[in-house]
Amino acid sequence: MDASRRNFLKIAGLSLVGAAGGSAVIARGTEPAGAASGHGSDQPRTGPRLAMVIDLRKFGRDDELLKRCISACHEAHNVPDFGDDRKNEIKWIWTEEFEAAFHSEAFHYLRADLQGKPTLLLCNHCDNPPCTRVCPTQATWKRESDGIVMMDWHRCIGCRYCIVACPYGSRSFNWTDPRPHIASPNPAFPTRMRGVVEKCTFCEERLARGRQPACVEVCTNDEIVFGDLNDPESKVRQLLAERLAIRRKPGLGTEPEVYYIVEDPRTLIEVAPAAVVSDAVENDHA
Amino acid sequence: MYDTGKIVGGLVIFVVLMTSPLWYNALTAAPAEAPKLDQPPNGSKECVEPRDYMRAYHMDLLNEWRDDVVRNGKRDYASTANGRTFDMSLTRTCLDCHSNKAEFCDRCHTYMAVDPYCWDCHVEPKEAP
Repeated sequence: MDASRRNFLKIAGLSLVGAAGGSAVIARGTEPAGAASGHGSDQPRTGPRLAMVIDLRKFGRDDELLKRCISACHEAHNVPDFGDDRKNEIKWIWTEEFEAAFHSEAFHYLRADLQGKPTLLLCNHCDNPPCTRVCPTQATWKRESDGIVMMDWHRCIGCRYCIVACPYGSRSFNWTDPRPHIASPNPAFPTRMRGVVEKCTFCEERLARGRQPACVEVCTNDEIVFGDLNDPESKVRQLLAERLAIRRKPGLGTEPEVYYIVEDPRTLIEVAPAAVVSDAVENDHA
Repeated sequence: MYDTGKIVGGLVIFVVLMTSPLWYNALTAAPAEAPKLDQPPNGSKECVEPRDYMRAYHMDLLNEWRDDVVRNGKRDYASTANGRTFDMSLTRTCLDCHSNKAEFCDRCHTYMAVDPYCWDCHVEPKEAP
């Protein structure tokens, strides 16, 4: 066969078509199975998918409740307190200013009551968690029964890949022995040791005993609501259906399962008479 | 071979000296004292499994408990010994009875020269004053 330009183009074209067809077949073959309990996939939704809704309308700026949520969690789970030592800090649930928590949203001329507002942050228990994919020992994995991103501290070898993978900074590494920095260890829950990564577990040990997570339990007015996203009757689903809620860095495709209601606090009393509403607005925006 | 007598004699002396601790122990020492383990302070007489099994295999049982609780989300242990159901928890179930860790866990572990890392993380009960 003479190597004419015409023949070359014919073969090149055929190869391209073949390659495109082949890769389509491969892509179909390796499509992720999708979590049965998850959402965002075409798979039927079965079983619970636990999620949390944090109602920012109900949190004040200098709220004791923020501190109570954090200390309830940290006391229950023996989270060490390193004070101002940011390098050693262990975070399960903590606060950031609203703009920092949602910096990917690049809010401009943000509503005044949200500017600099302390916002509770914790592990998002993503439906598509990047941290579990990089763990070489399966010390962290997504529990298929309810979607919690679990930690097995027995197995963690401290490689910290998961810390790099997590786009939310929800994972912390124990650079030193945490024991001396725990004021009064809770004997019912283990501490961690040096060289281990830790994070929030949605209080799976409390859920197993039919209790709500520690941070939810201290909230008396549904400031934080916890429940099953796959149950249309659940409180979380009802809130999400009625209110505008945002998630952190949704564009990354991790499907975070902690939602933040960012509506105007006025919506809390929207059924009240106009006079009450305007009063409340002034207070809230003060 | 030169100096056969000296070499063989030296070898005999060397072997006798090297094995002298064995001879000494075989002739004089009493058998090492087995550790005496403290009974549960709360007076409980019944463990999750029979005593002989627990003595030999408690470490395997604890590993199974760990995997069941952490990885499989299973928390109830049906005892084969007495049909009761136990919470699979080192600190809540085991140490509820064996609250005397120093006289129970440590005494035998020291005797056996094993150093389990349970207590690196799990919080041991405070010793009764």
